Amino acid sequence: MRIDIEKVARLARIKLSEEEKLIFGNQLEQILTYMEQLNRLDTQGVEPTSHAIPIFNIFREDEVRPSIPREEVLGIAPSQEDGHFKVPRIIE
Amino acid sequence: MDLSKLTIHDLHELLIKKEVTSREITETLFQRIKEVDRKIQAYLLLTEEEAFRQAERIDHKIRQGERIGDLAGIPIALKDILCTKGIRTTCASKILANYIPFYDATVIQKLKREGVVFLGKLNMDEFAMGSSTENSGFQITRNPWNLERIPGGSSGGSAAAVASDECIAALGTDTGGSIRQPASCCGVVGMKPTYGRVSRYGLVAFASSLDQIGPITKDVTDCAIMMNAISGYDPLDSTSVPREVPDYKQFLIQEIKGIRIGIPKEYFIEGMDPEVEKSIWEAIELYRSLGAEIENISLPHTEYAVAVYYIICTAEASSNLARYDGVKYGFRSAEYEDLLEMYMQTRAKGFGQEVKRRIILGTYVLSAGYYEAYYRKASQVRTLMRSDFEEAFRKVDVILSPTAPTPAFRIGEKVDDPLQMYLSDIHTIPVNLAGIPAISIPCGFSKDGLPIGLQLMGRHFDEGTLLRVAYTFEQNTDFHLKKPNLS
Repeated sequence: MRIDIEKVARLARIKLSEEEKLIFGNQLEQILTYMEQLNRLDTQGVEPTSHAIPIFNIFREDEVRPSIPREEVLGIAPSQEDGHFKVPRIIE
Repeated sequence: MDLSKLTIHDLHELLIKKEVTSREITETLFQRIKEVDRKIQAYLLLTEEEAFRQAERIDHKIRQGERIGDLAGIPIALKDILCTKGIRTTCASKILANYIPFYDATVIQKLKREGVVFLGKLNMDEFAMGSSTENSGFQITRNPWNLERIPGGSSGGSAAAVASDECIAALGTDTGGSIRQPASCCGVVGMKPTYGRVSRYGLVAFASSLDQIGPITKDVTDCAIMMNAISGYDPLDSTSVPREVPDYKQFLIQEIKGIRIGIPKEYFIEGMDPEVEKSIWEAIELYRSLGAEIENISLPHTEYAVAVYYIICTAEASSNLARYDGVKYGFRSAEYEDLLEMYMQTRAKGFGQEVKRRIILGTYVLSAGYYEAYYRKASQVRTLMRSDFEEAFRKVDVILSPTAPTPAFRIGEKVDDPLQMYLSDIHTIPVNLAGIPAISIPCGFSKDGLPIGLQLMGRHFDEGTLLRVAYTFEQNTDFHLKKPNLS
């Protein structure tokens, strides 16, 4: 098994059940094996494409525009207090 | 006359002749939804009140003698991945079950300005990840042609709603075939525009370098009308392209003499359904008889498309979906002691199986030590695939293929085998990787009465030629006029 499923799930911030670890582990193994076919291709010197349509330097005027009101943003948060998003204590 | 069965352009004629009102059309549609959506399950949400308000506004304009555009007063429905101000937008995910955006996507703003009547929000695979709409967090949508079959995905709700006359047209999104494959499964028209043609602002991101919004309609004329309304540069999407948009209706002409149509041999794969293959060859013969030049071409890297796609799209998804952390909006699990556990529980409970699988795969291919072998390698092969198309378009004007290797498969048939599900996208994925436009149109039926779709692919920003070639086929066939029997 090449995937350390527990480690990857932790990086992805997803808690997996024991059953999920087993199923995903096997499925991902199979998918990665399929992906290995790319190694048949010699890609030395080929530029990678991250964007199909080349676009460079998109600028806009740096002018003041109205932004979304704070109340609207906080209004859909799961938990909020005094104009902030509220999360469990992170500093001891 | 059943108004729900008509097209945008039919209804527009009736509206300007004052033979019907937008209110009557809208009433007919909601009546139709009430009758058939129990069976189809296409809608996640109906927006009846606002729909009638909008219909009244348009009727008032018409009574005042004001000129109206092609889409004014026409009832349209939306894939639930497009942000609608004040209206719940879920992406068919439990993690966004209560999400109410405070802004409209650019395409929604554009359609509102056109006077469109919005009927509601349509089901989809969660976060557009899937080819069958079975990955919805809420319900299973059924194919109107056979209720035991999938409607395709991820825009399955959109295609099923159009095919069952539960809306006049719909918007979908296409990351690897999510407009074209469901259009093919449901016997309707679906277009994925060139990457950058339509603003993605307000489209909930899945794979940002591949996602594009496009129309699902009953015929090619309606597709052109919708493209006119949604295309164009948007300063709010830095990947939208500042380039003039033609009037797509000018391409609705029946004339393809001298048009060179390429047939890529790699698209006629093993495992392709013989009935699909037969329909496609009949379509090719029809084009030949109408004066098109048919040429065999090669897109040699096609066999790598699925591997490249599922590396790139999962990598982008793992990054895009990091935002669902239970802090700013959406669902938050109640079971946690600390912040890390809050994230992990929220995402464990909020996401469905396919979304988790893809985030984990994407996290893996981007993780230290694997990035070069997977993500970089895939991005390089993506370059080779783009070059394949560039080379092909030196010789031909459009490329023709099936949209999907088989007609709609059975509900449940592929849910336990993600790789098999992924392989069903082989004909649609290369288009997104290359950023080119493509359209799927109905081109036949299987013996079991399931629709078969034909895909036409074009050069960057050459949607016009695709519409012309598609329109010519449509004018010489009647597949698009057939309706499923839902009574």
